[in-house]
Amino acid sequence: MIEAEGVRKLYGGKVALDDVSFRIERGEVVGFLGLNGAGKTTMLRILCGLLLPSGGRVLVNGVDAVDDPLALRRSIGFLPDRPPLYGDMTVQDMLRYAGRLHGVAHRELDRRVDEVIALTGLSRVASDLVDTLSHGFRQRAGIATAIVHAPRLVVLDEPISGLDPAQIVEMRAVIRGLKDRHTVLMSSHILGEVSETCDRILVLHGGRIVAQGSEADLVRGGAVRVEVVARGALAALKEPSPLAVAGVTDVETIAVDGGLVRLRARVADDAAREGLVRALVVAGFGVRSVVPLESGLEALFLQLTAGEASAAASAPGVAA
Amino acid sequence: MIAALYIARRELHGYLASMTGWLILALVLLADGLLFNGLALAGEKKSFDVLQLFFYFSSGTTMVASVFIAMRLFAEERQQGTMVLLESAPVPEHIVVLGKFLGAWSFLLLLLLLSGYLPALVVVNGKVTVGHVLAGYLGLALLGAACIGIGAFASSLAKNQILAAVLAGAIIVALLLSWTLARKIEGPVGDVVGFLDLFDQHYRTFSRGTVKLGSVAYYAALTYGALLSTTAVLAARRWRA
Repeated sequence: MIEAEGVRKLYGGKVALDDVSFRIERGEVVGFLGLNGAGKTTMLRILCGLLLPSGGRVLVNGVDAVDDPLALRRSIGFLPDRPPLYGDMTVQDMLRYAGRLHGVAHRELDRRVDEVIALTGLSRVASDLVDTLSHGFRQRAGIATAIVHAPRLVVLDEPISGLDPAQIVEMRAVIRGLKDRHTVLMSSHILGEVSETCDRILVLHGGRIVAQGSEADLVRGGAVRVEVVARGALAALKEPSPLAVAGVTDVETIAVDGGLVRLRARVADDAAREGLVRALVVAGFGVRSVVPLESGLEALFLQLTAGEASAAASAPGVAA
Repeated sequence: MIAALYIARRELHGYLASMTGWLILALVLLADGLLFNGLALAGEKKSFDVLQLFFYFSSGTTMVASVFIAMRLFAEERQQGTMVLLESAPVPEHIVVLGKFLGAWSFLLLLLLLSGYLPALVVVNGKVTVGHVLAGYLGLALLGAACIGIGAFASSLAKNQILAAVLAGAIIVALLLSWTLARKIEGPVGDVVGFLDLFDQHYRTFSRGTVKLGSVAYYAALTYGALLSTTAVLAARRWRA
């Protein structure tokens, strides 16, 4: 479906993308995750034929982005971070215009416009001017514009940026709803959103893919910070510490009221977590709770984007 | 090719739905009316001279209007983030440019059409031929097309509409003043520079009711060259921005 091979992009002397390679199969919802400036938008714009790569190649359904950009654009719908909508047009007229530009046949156009209006929940505002729409509806209208020509691949650049929590939930449903008919590639710097919406994640950092795979693949074996609350005396944890357990690092302990101790540590994997609890029990502590302070994906993302790729490189699915 | 017509229609709708579009129409028609009354009708004149004067000052308002009409063509789309819609559609750059040009030119032709009541007064009350009026309007339409082409080129280069207007204005003034340079240069080079003159060399004959094929070809070539350059600028943007 989509194949990127060694894609490079230089802006003057600055490297925006460096040897980016990945593959996306039909029907997947894939998330591009990265900090601002990681190269997500540049990569998406190359995929959509808006930018030409400095090196490497991109194939979408076997069509090369450089050799045949028009054929490429026919099979892609793109929503940039700012929806490309004319404020002086109604939502319906906007969709008709986008459909015509993408070569939707005249007899098909009205049916397609009605379909995408229903799919994106725009029925209530279909006759309203774009200028009068709320931010959430503008994002939906942007998505409708991107899919009105029934493209195989839909590319969404930060589709939930600036939405309120209720709108995020609605937008998530809209994006998941696209999966039945389209392959979806979306970018975001919001971990939770990518985690909730996407089947697979590509983590981009400093213009390179530093990890890719499903969330479960990525976080398996990844170190996570946990908080343990246990009954016992803090003095029992002084040197020699009973917590010298393989895979347990960065241990902090605090005494709290009621004879309880709060302990924070980074555990490398499930075995280390079990070892930590076992060590506490052997030392005479009554373990009340073990709570992760960050999700596995969050922890992995922080490691990768802090330049600690080597620490995560051992995780399955992490690019070398 | 049909995509160019869709883009042109959208462009025309954009002018008619905006305050700027109506403001340009109102101000140019007001200026035409005032100049017609204050200059063309002042004193005793033959109707031929009145009509010639009308086409003389209308060339100025047409050039100014063309710059303001064209400044938004690409600069505004980029400012508002709507350029992506055209860039991501399966429409070649030259069709986008053609569509934009046709939309802007249609708006200018509408403006020229609305000014038609002024020469109509001369035709009804004086002794001039309809051919003179048609030749004059052909000259205005061609001059306007060339200026809109130049404006489109400037708009494709500039970051915002004001810069686009300034750049287009500078190019047009340079072409208007090329005759002064031509006088300093001898030989065939001087002839070529003189031929580039946007107004004196090519427009004056239209204002007198005469159509010269060489001048028609000049305006057509200038418009084509400007639109070709605009297409090249848009294509080049895929390499950098």
